[in-house]
Amino acid sequence: MASMREIKRRKASIASTQQITKAMKLVSTVKLQRAKSKAEATKPYFDCMYDTVATMLSKSGNVDHPYLKSGESSKKAVITITSNRGLAGGYNNNIVKLITGDEAFDKENTEIYALGKKGRDSLALKGYTVASDLSEVMNGPIYADAKELSEELLAKFEKGEIGEIYLAYTVFKNTVTHIPTMLKLLPVEIEAKEAAEGGVNIPMNYEPNEEEALGMIIPKYITSLIYGAMMEAVASENGARMQAMDSATSNAEEMIQKLELDYNRARQGSITQELTEIIAGAQAIS
Amino acid sequence: MAETNAFKLRVISPDRIFYEGEAIMLELNTIDGEVGIYKNHVPMTYIIAPGVMTITESEDSKKEAALHSGFIQILQEEITILAEIVEWPEEIDENRAKEAQLRAERRLAMKDPNINVQRAEMALHRALTRQKVKLHIR
Repeated sequence: MASMREIKRRKASIASTQQITKAMKLVSTVKLQRAKSKAEATKPYFDCMYDTVATMLSKSGNVDHPYLKSGESSKKAVITITSNRGLAGGYNNNIVKLITGDEAFDKENTEIYALGKKGRDSLALKGYTVASDLSEVMNGPIYADAKELSEELLAKFEKGEIGEIYLAYTVFKNTVTHIPTMLKLLPVEIEAKEAAEGGVNIPMNYEPNEEEALGMIIPKYITSLIYGAMMEAVASENGARMQAMDSATSNAEEMIQKLELDYNRARQGSITQELTEIIAGAQAIS
Repeated sequence: MAETNAFKLRVISPDRIFYEGEAIMLELNTIDGEVGIYKNHVPMTYIIAPGVMTITESEDSKKEAALHSGFIQILQEEITILAEIVEWPEEIDENRAKEAQLRAERRLAMKDPNINVQRAEMALHRALTRQKVKLHIR
C-alpha cells in the first residue's frame, strides 16, 4: 500500500486538476449559450433558402445546369470544420474519422479545405492534401468568411479543377447531442420528395430566366450552408467541451473519493501497526 | 381600405430577421432595373442588385434600408427577401462609405489589368447606396 504522504500528494494534484476542468466547463457553458443563440439566428435564413432552392429544383426538373451535375475532375473538395483548441472529447476526432473512414475519400483525390487547426493537423499527418487553411476564421466566423470560401470553391468547380464539394461538420442537435455529418454541397442534390412536401405549389416566374436565376441563387445557397455549418460547429464544439469537462470533473471527484478511502485505510493501518509495536515492546520488557 | 392593400413582408439576413411586418408597397433595385411591388403581384423571383430598398408601411410611414445582395421571392400574399447584406441607415458608417467610394473609384481609374473590375464596381455601388440611404434620413 502506498504511503500516507504519497496518497495525500496525489489527492491534492487531482483536486487542482478538477478545479481547472470545472472552470473550463463553466467557460464553455457560457460560450455555448452564446454560440447556440447565434446558430439559432441563422436558421430562418437557411430554412427559407432551402425551401426556395428545393422548390426551384422540383419545378425545373429538366433544367440543365453545371451546378446540378458533377464535374469531370475526380478531385473532391472537403470543407472540414473542426476546432482550434483541443480538450473537447471526441469532437475533432469524429470529423477526421468521417473522412479517413470513408473509402470514397482517398488521399490522392481529396483536397482538404480546413477550418480549424485540429482537423487540419491530424489530416495533414495522415497524408491528405490541405489545399487551404482558414483556421483563424473559427475564432469568430462571420458571413463574409463563408462567402469568400464558397466563391473560391465555386470558381474551382467551374474551372473543372474539382468535381465535387463536400462539407464535414458537426450538427448541433441539442446541448447533449452533436452529430458529425458529411454533406454534399455540389452537385446540388435535394431529394425530390422533400422538395414536393416543402414547396409552394404556385407557378413561379424568374427574372432573368430560370437557369440564370438558379446560377445566381445556388452560390448563395452554398454560402448559407457553409455559414450555418460554421455556426453549428462552434456551438457543437463548446457543447462537446462542456460535456468532456463535466465528465472529467466527475471522474476527478470519483478518484478523490477513492483516494480518501485509501488514505484513511493507510492511516488506520499505521496506527494499528504503531500500537502493535508498542504493545509488543511493553511485553518484551515485562 | 389601406389594410386590404397590405401584404406580408419578411426580410431575412443570415444572422437575424431584419424586418417582419406589413407593407403596402416595396421598392428595390434588381439586376434588371428598379421595381415597385404592390399586393397581388405575379409570383416572381428577382435577383437583387445593390440599391436602396424602400418599404412603404402606410401613406405616411416609409422605411429605407441599403440592400446590397440577395434575392426576392414574391408570392401572392407574402414577400420574402433573402438578403446577404442589408443595413438600416443607423448602422451605416458614412465616413467609411465615402472612403470605400474613393478607393473603388481610384481602382477603376487605374485601369490596371490585375484588378477585378467587376469587384471594384460592386464596391462602388455599395458605397454609393450606403451614402444615399444615409442622406435620405437627414
